[in-house]
Amino acid sequence: MKRRDFLKSVSGLAAGAALPAMPSMVSSAYADARSETLLIVSEGGPNNLDIHGVGTNVPGYEVSWNCYDRLLSHEMKTGPGGVPYYDRDKFKGELAEDFKIDDMSVTFKLKKNAKFHDGAPVTAKDVKWSLDRAVSVGGFPTFQMSAGSLTKPEQFVVIDDYTVRVDFLKKDKLTIPDLAVIVPCIINSELVKKNASEKDPWGLEYTKQQTAGSGAYKVTKWTAGTEVVMERNDDWVGGPLPKIKRVIWRMVPQAGNRRALLERGDADISYELPFKDFQEMKASGKLNVVSLPFSNGIQYIGMNVTKPPFDNPKVRQAVAYAIPYQKIMDAVMFGLANPMFGAPKDKPTEVAWPQPHKYNTDMDKAKALLAEAGYPNGFETTISFDLNFAGVNEPLCVLVQESLAQIGIKTTINKVPGANWRTELNKKEMPLFTNVFSGWLDYPEYFFYWCYHGNNSVFNTMSYKSAEMDKLIDGARNAAATGDTATYDTDVKGFVDLAYSDIPRIPLYQPFVNVAMQKNISGYQYWFHRRLDYRAMAKG
Amino acid sequence: MLTMIGKRLMFAIPSLIGVVIVTFLLTRALPGDPAAYFAGPAATKEAVEQIRKKLGLDKPLIEQFFRYTNDLAHGDFGNSLTTGQPVAAEIRNRLPASAELTLLGLIVSIVIAIPLGVLAATRPGSWVDHLCRVTTTAGVSLPVFFTGLVLVYVFYFRLGWSPAPLGRLDVFYSAPPTVTGFYLIDTLIARDFEAFRSACSQLILPATTLAIFSLAPIARMTRASMLAVLSSEFVRTARASGLSPATVIVTYAFRNAMLPVVTTLSMVFSFLLGANVLVEKVFAWPGIGSYAVEALISSDFAPVQGFVLTMAVMYVLLNLVIDILYGVIDPRVRLEG
Repeated sequence: MKRRDFLKSVSGLAAGAALPAMPSMVSSAYADARSETLLIVSEGGPNNLDIHGVGTNVPGYEVSWNCYDRLLSHEMKTGPGGVPYYDRDKFKGELAEDFKIDDMSVTFKLKKNAKFHDGAPVTAKDVKWSLDRAVSVGGFPTFQMSAGSLTKPEQFVVIDDYTVRVDFLKKDKLTIPDLAVIVPCIINSELVKKNASEKDPWGLEYTKQQTAGSGAYKVTKWTAGTEVVMERNDDWVGGPLPKIKRVIWRMVPQAGNRRALLERGDADISYELPFKDFQEMKASGKLNVVSLPFSNGIQYIGMNVTKPPFDNPKVRQAVAYAIPYQKIMDAVMFGLANPMFGAPKDKPTEVAWPQPHKYNTDMDKAKALLAEAGYPNGFETTISFDLNFAGVNEPLCVLVQESLAQIGIKTTINKVPGANWRTELNKKEMPLFTNVFSGWLDYPEYFFYWCYHGNNSVFNTMSYKSAEMDKLIDGARNAAATGDTATYDTDVKGFVDLAYSDIPRIPLYQPFVNVAMQKNISGYQYWFHRRLDYRAMAKG
Repeated sequence: MLTMIGKRLMFAIPSLIGVVIVTFLLTRALPGDPAAYFAGPAATKEAVEQIRKKLGLDKPLIEQFFRYTNDLAHGDFGNSLTTGQPVAAEIRNRLPASAELTLLGLIVSIVIAIPLGVLAATRPGSWVDHLCRVTTTAGVSLPVFFTGLVLVYVFYFRLGWSPAPLGRLDVFYSAPPTVTGFYLIDTLIARDFEAFRSACSQLILPATTLAIFSLAPIARMTRASMLAVLSSEFVRTARASGLSPATVIVTYAFRNAMLPVVTTLSMVFSFLLGANVLVEKVFAWPGIGSYAVEALISSDFAPVQGFVLTMAVMYVLLNLVIDILYGVIDPRVRLEG
C-alpha cells in the first residue's frame, strides 16, 4: 500500500519511470485473489436468484442453497468412494439452534446471533413469512412444500421472537425432510416487504435480482447468462466459516473449452461435460473426478399403457428383453452409471430403491413373448426423447431402435425440443420414450407415489393405473408415518415386484453426477439436489 | 441532405411495423409451451395454468399483441424469462460486446483483404493472386466454430499464448465503467491499462476467427472490381499520361473500385453481427447472438422479438450510412429516396 501511495505522490515524470514496476504489483494481488477464489465453469447459469420465483432453473437452486439458510440441514456421512454424502436420516439445525419433534408438531429455537446480510437479526416472524411465502406463491415451491404435507400458512406459528412451531396436517414421514430441502429458505422479510408491490405482494421481482438471506454467501454481481460472483458472508452462523472467500461462476457454453480450462488449470471446477470427457479425465488422473449415483434417480424407457400395443404386458416384457442394456452402459454412458438390469434370477427383492430388475437382453425370449402377445411380425411405433439431453438420449434411442428392429418393432425417432418436452409429457400421448426421474427426497414410496400411483401425476408418464399398486404405495406411506416397519417392508417389496412384473417403465441405469475439479480443491459434498455446496470447499 | 435522410427514415417505418407483426406471429407459432417450460419439471396442470396466467398467455392473441405494441411504444421490450432481465437492458449490455468484436474482426479483415485484393488484381496470375485465392477459399470453407476451436486448441490449450476463452475480460479484472460499452475504449477512458491489455488479448482470437471468415467476400470483391477498373479507359489514359503506378492505382483506380467493396462491407458487417453466434458460443462471449439463440431454444418470446427488432433497426441505419458513403466516395451518386 505504501508503495502505491508513494507512486501516486510522485509527479507525472516519475510515473513513467515507475511503470515497469506495475506488472509485479498487479500479479501478486492477482495471485492472492486467485488462491481464495473458486472459479466454476458450467454450461448454464441461473435465471433467477430466488427459488420461489417463477420458473427458476436448476442453476438458480445452487445460488439459493449457498446464499440462504434453512431451519434444518442434513448431517454428512461417508458415501461411495469416501466422498462426503448427505445423511438422509440425520438432521442438524442450520438457523435453528435446537428443535424438538412432537407427535403432531415440531418446535424450532432460532440462533439468537443469526443476522441477514444487511445486519437485521433473523427472527421468528421472518421464518413464518418465508414459509408462508413458500406455500402460497404457487408453482414449483408450493408443490414441493405440499410433498411434505406443508400446505397452509396456519401451520407455521410464531411463539416468541426466537421460537417457531410447525404444526403437522397429518402424520407424514416426509415433513421433516421437506423442511431441509432448498425451498423452505429463510428470507429477510422486512427488506423484501419494503420492495414488494401490490401486484407482487411477495416481492418476487426484488429477490429475483438480489439475495436477501442470511446464508454463507451473498451475490455481489450477476450478469445473466455470463457470470455470477458471490462473496463470503463473514458473519455467517449456520456452520463453520467457509474457507473460500469468493466464488466466480462463469458460463462457458462450449464443453470442449470447459475441459481445456480445467486441464490448463485456469478453472477450478466444472460439471456438465460429456461422459466421454469425464471418462478420459478420470483415466488421465490429472484432475479429481467425482462420480456419484443420483440419489433416487433412474433413466428409463417408458411405454404408454393406455393404448395398444403397449397395453399388453407381454409386449412390454418383450421390449424389456430386447433393450441392449450393456451396449447403452458402454457406448452411451462410458460406464459412468449404475446398471439397473440383469439381477440374478434368485436374488430376493430388497427394501430399497433404486434396485436392478431381472430382465436381460434376450432376443429369442423377446420374439417369443411378442408372438404370444399376437404380434409375431412386430409393429410400428415412435420413440421420443428430450433434445435438451440429446448427448445421452440420442445415442440411447438409436441403440434401442436398432435392437427393437431385430424383433420386428420398427421405430421412428421423435426428437422433442426441450421447451416442448414437458408439454408432451403432460399430454401423455407418446407411445414410447426415454426420460429421467429423480426425487429430492430419497424414499422408495416417494418415487413410486410420483411415478406409479394411479393419481396419474406428471411423472407417471406411462399413465399406469393399478388398484393393487395404489394400495401398496398408500400402505407404505401410512406405515412409514406410523413407524410400522413390517408392513412398510412388505409393501415396498410388493410395489417393486409389481412394477417389475407389469413393467410399464423399464429402468436402464442410475445416472451419475460427475464433477471434475483441480487436485487442490477439497471438500466436495454430495447433496440430494446434486449442485455444489461451496461452504465446505477449500483450495490449496 | 437532412431532408433526404428524414425521408429515408420515413420509408423505413412500414418495414419496421411489418417486422413487429411478423416476429410477434412467428414467435407465437413456435412449438413449445413457455408456461409448461417455466413451471418446472415437477409442475401439476394447475401450476402450469397459474404460470400461464402470470405471463398473460391465457389472453387472446390480439390482446397480447396490443399489449406488446403498447409496451414497445413506451420503450419496454418486455422481460426475458430465461435470464429474468428486461430485454431492453440486456440488448443494451450485449450489443456493444457483439459490435466491438464484429467491428474489430471486420477491421482486421479489411486490413488484410483489401491490400490482398488490390495486389492480386494488379498482378493477375502471379503468386499473390494465388495466395489470395487460396486464403479466401480456405477462410470461407472452414466453418467459424471450427476455426475458433482450432485457434483455442492451438493458442490457448497447446501453446498457452492466449488467455482462457472466458469472455471479454480476464476473470479477475473488473469491467471498466460503461461509457461506450466498448471495453477497448472504456478501459482507456478509465486509464486502466491492465484491463485494456486483458480486453485486447481476449479479443484477439475471436476477432481473428471472424476475420478469417469474412476475408473471402471482401478480397474477392476488391479484386474483381479493381480488375474491372484497371482495364477501363481512364486508367489507360492516366498511365499514358505518365502518372506513377502508385498514383494510378491508389488515387484513380482504387477510389473508383470502392463502391462495390463498400456494399460488400455493409453486407458482411450486418451478416457477421447476426451470425457470430457460433464464435460467441466458442469464446463464451456475452454477445447478442448467443442471447437470441438461447431465447429461441426456450420459447422465450420477448428477447427474440427484441433481437429481431434491434437487428431490423440496425439494418435500416446501416443502409442509410452506406448510401451516404456512396455520395462521399462518388459525387455522381445522388442520395435519393
